[in-house]
Amino acid sequence: MKFFNLFRIAYRSLNRNKLRSFLTMLGIIIGVASVIAMLAIGEGSNQTIQKSIASLGTNSIYIFPGTNANGGVRGGAGSNQTLKLEDADAIAAHCDLVKYVTPLVQRKSQIIFGAKNWNTMIIGIRNDYMLIRSLSIIKGSGFTEPDQRSAAKVCLVGVTVVFNLFGDENYNPIGEIIRINSIPVKIIGVLSKMGQNTFGQDQDDIVLAPFYTVQKRMMISTDHIGSILASGKSELQVVDAVDQITSLLREKHKIAPSDDIDFTVRTQSELSNIFGSITKVMTILLASIAGISLLVGGIGIMNIMLVSVTERTREIGIRMAIGAKGRDVLFQFVIESILISVVGGVIGIVVGILVAEMVATFGGWPVVITPLSIILSFGFSSAIGLFFGWYPARKAAALNPIDALRYE
Amino acid sequence: MSERENLITVRDLTKTYQTGSVEVFALKAISLTINKGEFVAIMGASGSGKSTFMNIIGCLDNPTSGEYLMEGKDVLTRDKDELAELRNSKLGFVFQSFNLLPRTSAQENVELPLLYNNKVEAAVREHKAIEALTSVGLADRLGAMPNELSGGQQQRVAIARALVNAPLVIMADEPTGNLDSKTSYEIMGIFQKLNDEGITIVMVTHEPDIAQFAKSNIVFKDGKIIANHPVTDRKIAMEELKKIATLTDENSTT
Repeated sequence: MKFFNLFRIAYRSLNRNKLRSFLTMLGIIIGVASVIAMLAIGEGSNQTIQKSIASLGTNSIYIFPGTNANGGVRGGAGSNQTLKLEDADAIAAHCDLVKYVTPLVQRKSQIIFGAKNWNTMIIGIRNDYMLIRSLSIIKGSGFTEPDQRSAAKVCLVGVTVVFNLFGDENYNPIGEIIRINSIPVKIIGVLSKMGQNTFGQDQDDIVLAPFYTVQKRMMISTDHIGSILASGKSELQVVDAVDQITSLLREKHKIAPSDDIDFTVRTQSELSNIFGSITKVMTILLASIAGISLLVGGIGIMNIMLVSVTERTREIGIRMAIGAKGRDVLFQFVIESILISVVGGVIGIVVGILVAEMVATFGGWPVVITPLSIILSFGFSSAIGLFFGWYPARKAAALNPIDALRYE
Repeated sequence: MSERENLITVRDLTKTYQTGSVEVFALKAISLTINKGEFVAIMGASGSGKSTFMNIIGCLDNPTSGEYLMEGKDVLTRDKDELAELRNSKLGFVFQSFNLLPRTSAQENVELPLLYNNKVEAAVREHKAIEALTSVGLADRLGAMPNELSGGQQQRVAIARALVNAPLVIMADEPTGNLDSKTSYEIMGIFQKLNDEGITIVMVTHEPDIAQFAKSNIVFKDGKIIANHPVTDRKIAMEELKKIATLTDENSTT
């Protein structure tokens, strides 16, 4: 009951100075709102990136050729051709944690249809590729096993290729013959639209062909393959699958345990971790800017409370004369300051959510409001109220009744 | 017998202020007893120490030395919180400048001492405040803000605030200093009524005619009591107000 009385006293006192209370609150409102909005924007972009990475397949494993060291001069990743088709076959045969595996060969090539031509990426794949990347075919059909074995001159095309060769995304190109490096190849299917990936690459600007078709008919060297794409049995077993692949290839490539391996194994989760940490840095940056404005809001509260202790010295004297104890005055001021920051915090949360929604609606930017950001900013603003209210309140409580009463 | 009971007893009360290297005596060894049911007017020129004395017996200020008993119990050994409780429950203050909280309704001003009193339940708070305001004749101005009230009305709100915790003593520091004579008499009327109901009143004033409403007068000079005597021809506020009314009537008819 006692506490409720002090609450009532503090509320009445704030109510008496509506404009001042509101202006003090404004600092906290803006601070909290910006924290909420900034975190929502940061989290939104984070989740969008994660989602688009996940769309590549969360349990995918990439095996690249290793670096080439020649007389102390080291090339970059993939500078050496160390992977062979038999490596992919060995993985398929021996790694029981690997579900799908496909060798990949790829090259940029000029493709021609009638009077039009276009430069795009030709990738030679096994049929597992479709499953690992979760690709689907909207028109026509995929490669058959005979197509694969016989290096059949057939291909699947992305919609960007259709648009550039036939002038219309919706054109049905099934059965048309296009020329890739002067080799006539029949289109037997169109891939469903995938859009841009995380890195802004157009994933529909692509031509898929059976592995041997590309390796034997289009590549200069037929010994080596570009890379291997595999997928783990489950997301949890990806790390173990990587170990299996690494030790298998180490053995096959006859690498001593003390030597560096001549290939690189990457997983999708590593990639998403890298991007996760980038967006985390961005989120922290945004949040710290917002945090500073929250801090400024808190100092605003302290400023007003300090001014009001001086301005209300006489009022404090009256309260003490009629029986307010030092701690009653202390709590009154602390409660006033907490009320300002808590009410400001609540309004700030609402404003922050509105701002975030506006950014989403009008800016087209993805936003995700997490409960954590709400709890965090609300807790922080209440703490600011307590922290910055304490000192002025102590000052008020320490006043001598008679001095306070005589204050002019 | 209860009429003669000692309420306030001070012995050798001394208060000094340090002004630079000079020690100024505001009170010089004051000894005094105020009984229950008294109505004391403390008189004296400014600087005579009457206000300092009032602040000390009102527990707003501490003496430099001396002894102060209220209802036979020592006051000066109590800590700040106990003094605050004492002011809240046993004492009521009325000031020259009213000292109401600005932008706060009459009723909320009167409720204030109750909010600081743990023993008062929220349910009776409003009732008590209205009762106190009714007893000073302001039942119809409960929601009025101080700036909407006349000086006399503001002082009556202040009296209601002093009354609301049913104090033993009302301490009034120049209660009529900012009021015209008719309003002053009305305030004195309220004080006399409260005194008749058994509340002890200690009032500081420098106006001799206001002091005539009290039962006894104490005169301070240079920090000492130079006179302490009962009022012989005590004025009764109701009669004085009637006289003023008659005078105004005569003026208006001529």
